[in-house]
Amino acid sequence: MSRCVTILASSPPTWESPLLNVADITARYGEAQVLQGVSLEVAKGQVVTLVGRNGAGKTTLLRSVMGLHRSMTGRVELDGTNISRMAPHKRCRLGLGYVPDDRGVYASLSVEENLTLPPKVGPDAWPLEKVYEAFPVLAERRRQAGTHLSGGEQQMLSIARVLRMGARMLLADEPTEGLSPLLVRQIGEIIRTVKAHGVTVLLIEQNVHFASTVADRHYLMAQGRVVESLDNSEVEQREHELLEYLGI
Amino acid sequence: MDALLQQLFNGLVSGSFYALLALGLSVIFGMLGVVNFAHGAFYMLGAFGALVLLDSFGLNWWLALLLVPIGLGLAGMVVERLFVHRLVALDPLYNFLLTFGIALILQDLIRLKYGVASQPYDRPDVLGGSVNLGLFSYPKYQVFVLIFSIVISVLVWLVLNRTRVGMIVRASTERAELTKSFGIDVRRWITPVFGFGIALAGLAGVLAAPMRAVNSGMGGDLIIVIFAVVVIGGLGSVFGSVAAGYIVGMLSAVGNLYVPALSQSLVFILMALVLLLRPAGLFGREEGVLA
Repeated sequence: MSRCVTILASSPPTWESPLLNVADITARYGEAQVLQGVSLEVAKGQVVTLVGRNGAGKTTLLRSVMGLHRSMTGRVELDGTNISRMAPHKRCRLGLGYVPDDRGVYASLSVEENLTLPPKVGPDAWPLEKVYEAFPVLAERRRQAGTHLSGGEQQMLSIARVLRMGARMLLADEPTEGLSPLLVRQIGEIIRTVKAHGVTVLLIEQNVHFASTVADRHYLMAQGRVVESLDNSEVEQREHELLEYLGI
Repeated sequence: MDALLQQLFNGLVSGSFYALLALGLSVIFGMLGVVNFAHGAFYMLGAFGALVLLDSFGLNWWLALLLVPIGLGLAGMVVERLFVHRLVALDPLYNFLLTFGIALILQDLIRLKYGVASQPYDRPDVLGGSVNLGLFSYPKYQVFVLIFSIVISVLVWLVLNRTRVGMIVRASTERAELTKSFGIDVRRWITPVFGFGIALAGLAGVLAAPMRAVNSGMGGDLIIVIFAVVVIGGLGSVFGSVAAGYIVGMLSAVGNLYVPALSQSLVFILMALVLLLRPAGLFGREEGVLA
């Protein structure tokens, strides 16, 4: 029920200029060409998911946007600025918030240090109190080592960290992976909240159904290419076909 | 019992050197991904630095304790800027060739001037004689070395754990690439961290001058054990390196008392055991390979 409301209420106008524009990106690992010319756009305020099988190149795409993949060619623009040759820390300072596939929680930093490691990069940076209000478990365990948290809690920490930064665009690599349905729902809530604050999200997601409840649009990736761009109604109509395609 | 206690104390003193050297090696490895085979050579230069300051400039040991680490730290920063930073993108083999090459060059330069014989260096007058520790009396200088190294380790620990700079170094040591994506210019911190690690090696060298044989080979003998210490403590773990330094020191010393034949090998047996049971080291963390 709430799902329909959210989608209707938050679909942004389509004429909005893209916040993230990725044009013809290629990337390789040694001999293997992992991305073979990927182009996509994410409009301001949209939540867009990347779906596709393991090995389709989704993680490499996010890493390339973040500047972590050295062999990348092609063009990445954030809000009209060409960031293709920019160092990762500068991309971060322009407002990219990375939630890596392994959660990127530091064992040698406390929970609170994990949150405050990145500098504040945007006007909407959440104060710590707000983070702790939204994620009470992080407040309780603020002095503990980051990796003493459970998997789900680490995922919360990873997302909370980029909110504390005030990132205007999240690059989230499968934040629901391995989480219980309860936690997946919670992550969904967080993404909707984030979106309501005007943050743009590019999200890797294997769970097509979950993807359609949080996102405005979807890119289907296969073998290093974007093969289709789908909206929510198409995802719902073709859910079985997609699930089969994804091998789930 | 007294013999054991005394031997444990000897072990702690040796451990002081292990800890200071392993600390620097570990931070450098963590942050640059470079195993610095020249670390022992900088330790040796620390001792010779004290010697040169005294012989040529008449500067006493206390001044050497201050000046030598600063000088070597700066030299280390130059070496990092000129050579070491080029290693990052290269095959790890070049890491070995470069840093081992630097070690050999430094050793031979010292050998050219001083030969292979050990040079005498007197302990500072204030620290001469011995102190009564209750159960046994112990050379005052060694007690000072132990306390001093603990103080330095604690200070480094405080800086690393209680300051923002320390937090950045810890994060970069643990996951350098990832830390860049959180807006930290990791490269900017690499040169000072390398210099700092070298300064600690130099400091250990100055501490060693009055109580160890000062010769061109003193670093080469030690560095192998230091590598074992770092592996035992956990690569990149600062606390682990220091703790493992004192543990290995005590283990060798106690081994020396009960199984003298084994004492040299004990550290490597411990290393093998640690690698079998906890591959990431006693205080290290397993790290997934980034896809």
